[in-house]
Amino acid sequence: MALSNKTGVFICHCGTNIAGALDVHKVVDASRALPGVAYAADYKYLCSEPGQQLILDAIKEHGLKRIVIASCSPRMHEITFRKMLKKSNINEYLLEIANIREQASWVHTDFDKATEKAIDLVRMAVAKVGKSEPLKAQAIPITKRALVIGGGIAGIQAALDIADAGHEVVLVERECSIGGRMVMLDKTFPTLDCSACISTPKMVDVSAHPNITLMTSSEVEEVQGYIGNFKVKVRKKATYVNHDICTGCGLCEEKCPFKVESDFDRGLSKRPAIYKLFPQAVPAKPVIDKDACVKLKTGKCGVCLKICPLNCIDYEDEDKTVELDIGAIVVATGYKPAKWQSMYNEYGAGRFEDVIDGLQFERLVNASGPTEGKIKRPSDGKEPETVVIVKCVGSRDPKKGHAYCSRACCMYAAKHAHQILEKLPGGRVFIFYIDIRTPGKGYEEFYDNTRKDGAVYVRGRISRIFREGDTLVCQGEDSLLGRQVRINADLVVLETAMEPAEGSADVLNMLGCAKNDDGWAQEAHPKLRPVETQVGGVFLAGVCQGPKDIPDTVAQASASAAKVIGLLNKDEMETSPMIAAVAADKCSGCGACEPICPYTAITLEKTPDREPGTGKKIERSVANVNAGLCQGCGACTVACRTGAIDLLGFRNTQILQEVDALWQ
Amino acid sequence: MAVDYEPKIIAFCCNWCTYTGADLAGLNRMKYPENVRVVRVPCSGRVNPQFILRAFRRGADGVMVCGCHPGDCHYSTGNYFTRRRFMLMRELLEFNGIDPRRFHARWISGSEAAKFRDTVTEVTQLIRSLGK
Repeated sequence: MALSNKTGVFICHCGTNIAGALDVHKVVDASRALPGVAYAADYKYLCSEPGQQLILDAIKEHGLKRIVIASCSPRMHEITFRKMLKKSNINEYLLEIANIREQASWVHTDFDKATEKAIDLVRMAVAKVGKSEPLKAQAIPITKRALVIGGGIAGIQAALDIADAGHEVVLVERECSIGGRMVMLDKTFPTLDCSACISTPKMVDVSAHPNITLMTSSEVEEVQGYIGNFKVKVRKKATYVNHDICTGCGLCEEKCPFKVESDFDRGLSKRPAIYKLFPQAVPAKPVIDKDACVKLKTGKCGVCLKICPLNCIDYEDEDKTVELDIGAIVVATGYKPAKWQSMYNEYGAGRFEDVIDGLQFERLVNASGPTEGKIKRPSDGKEPETVVIVKCVGSRDPKKGHAYCSRACCMYAAKHAHQILEKLPGGRVFIFYIDIRTPGKGYEEFYDNTRKDGAVYVRGRISRIFREGDTLVCQGEDSLLGRQVRINADLVVLETAMEPAEGSADVLNMLGCAKNDDGWAQEAHPKLRPVETQVGGVFLAGVCQGPKDIPDTVAQASASAAKVIGLLNKDEMETSPMIAAVAADKCSGCGACEPICPYTAITLEKTPDREPGTGKKIERSVANVNAGLCQGCGACTVACRTGAIDLLGFRNTQILQEVDALWQ
Repeated sequence: MAVDYEPKIIAFCCNWCTYTGADLAGLNRMKYPENVRVVRVPCSGRVNPQFILRAFRRGADGVMVCGCHPGDCHYSTGNYFTRRRFMLMRELLEFNGIDPRRFHARWISGSEAAKFRDTVTEVTQLIRSLGK
């Protein structure tokens, strides 16, 4: 490489974030003395426009060939500065970032030691960039089709937005209907509009949209590939009903003799073995629950086949796997309510029928629910007079449940109180809370009105619930008054924590997306890249990223869709050139790199060569890297016995230079 | 064993988990000893045992390799190789007369800022106690 090492070092103050915790001028002076450094300077905010201009001017003025920027994490602004270098005559990969903010000024208190460390970090970056080489990004084509995983309100909104922008969308939902949790709800805070009335039209839009392919009763099974070029396998589970002919007349559902607990009604009602999830289901066609159907289990029954006027029933139906080419993926897998029964023995652990969770209450109060909207106790069907609502069941309780706040509960607890007071004249509601959190447009006002309506808020936790006659005694503490309270309740509603949906970990693992300790999907940046993940082409929508309410979910879904549309609008995109490269002359063709590659990007290929000594024409095996498939992990470089395969941007020599620099 | 002895430790951190976790530690203004110098690598599976030997040869008092938790690798399988390689690495170090307690392979995810701080603190203390 005949490139000169005229390196320019630029040290950012980041306001006082860096300059306040270490001696920037000492770092500048030390940088000037480093081998290869031709120029060093500092500035208050290098990422700002004048900051970038300062660097560009210095490049011109001093004829710099390589750049080191000592600033925040490269995960923050490496791309910013690469873009800046495109305006200069320096290749954007002849840049190294020394992370003196996250790695030094923010985490150390000793001024001198932090300065010393920052100098070391600059020294390492200067040494590494000295061995960097110009790289050129390659263009890869983009498949203009998006996959949305999960058909709740987040998935529905994202799918509709992407489809409206003119791109194809495949929406995959594992249940037999889309709608998710939102269609289970009765009314939604703070405006009290009916949940079904605002979500079912969107569901119909999905099924009618020419750009959307809806795959219900389906699960994503395998994801291969990379941004713009995913290969996805979706398993279409057997429904035993031919949906091409079925009109959804509902005769089979009426006549099916076997009933099981309805998941949709949260166990408060029964449904037949051949069923639609709920009356407004989309698609509006039934499926057979193979675990409940006696015909499928024992071969004896067959009522639905006999009754079906169109002969849609097919007991021989099998799962099918569909392969899809996908350009971008939206994860919208949602949540499940926490299983409080196994967390809170003191609340009866599920022994008392009249201790229900918030989602069960939604079904009870819902006009299309098991009681047609009449609030009745599950045990005896009586209207309750006194209702106790307990918040933070599983949330904000790291000992028994989770440390996090589930965010929507304060508001839906207020909504539940409002509904009880509205539907049960003379009824009483007590709400036990830790804090009341109602940030949101119109939220505080809603909560305030609930209090004026007569809901009694008691600060404290319920410590025990037990039965006395046909009431449930709720014993707890009023921590404002500092005394014990006992309330004889007819019904207890536990507002349970949200937890990542069943199987969401599998989906995230399949996609290679990170999750936090609680299992929520990790966004690429908590503030600036809230809907992106670390995996290119994979975006997040809704609660899968963390608890949130419907307005936030919908907003995030649209944001996610905007990202997808931005990607799919391009015909091709640049990929990172930091991938594996083979020095053919060093490669012995042993093939050790081939099985280690997680992307099957390496293949051995016959290459013409001459035999050493004789000069005879021969063919030999040489490893070949597929630039489209290689993701640049570098696992192959370690497996290579001859050092023939190396990782561009992270070459062996570059990393060794960094190591050596520390002891120069 | 001098009390004021400050070991120099080099940590190879994968870009997707541990480096992110370290960034998060910064974002949360967590404090830890200054002794660790981080080398960013795309994956812990990129770390060639040669890098570690070179660090010890140059005078590193300790070396860490940190990556995503097994099963959570950004590149699906990279850290499985890391795990196997560095089981052997410890034996190789011992064979060469280097105290294997000076070498640590740890799994720290992008959200485990506190674990990054704690690991760095703990390893620094351990290596300080091992002396020069």
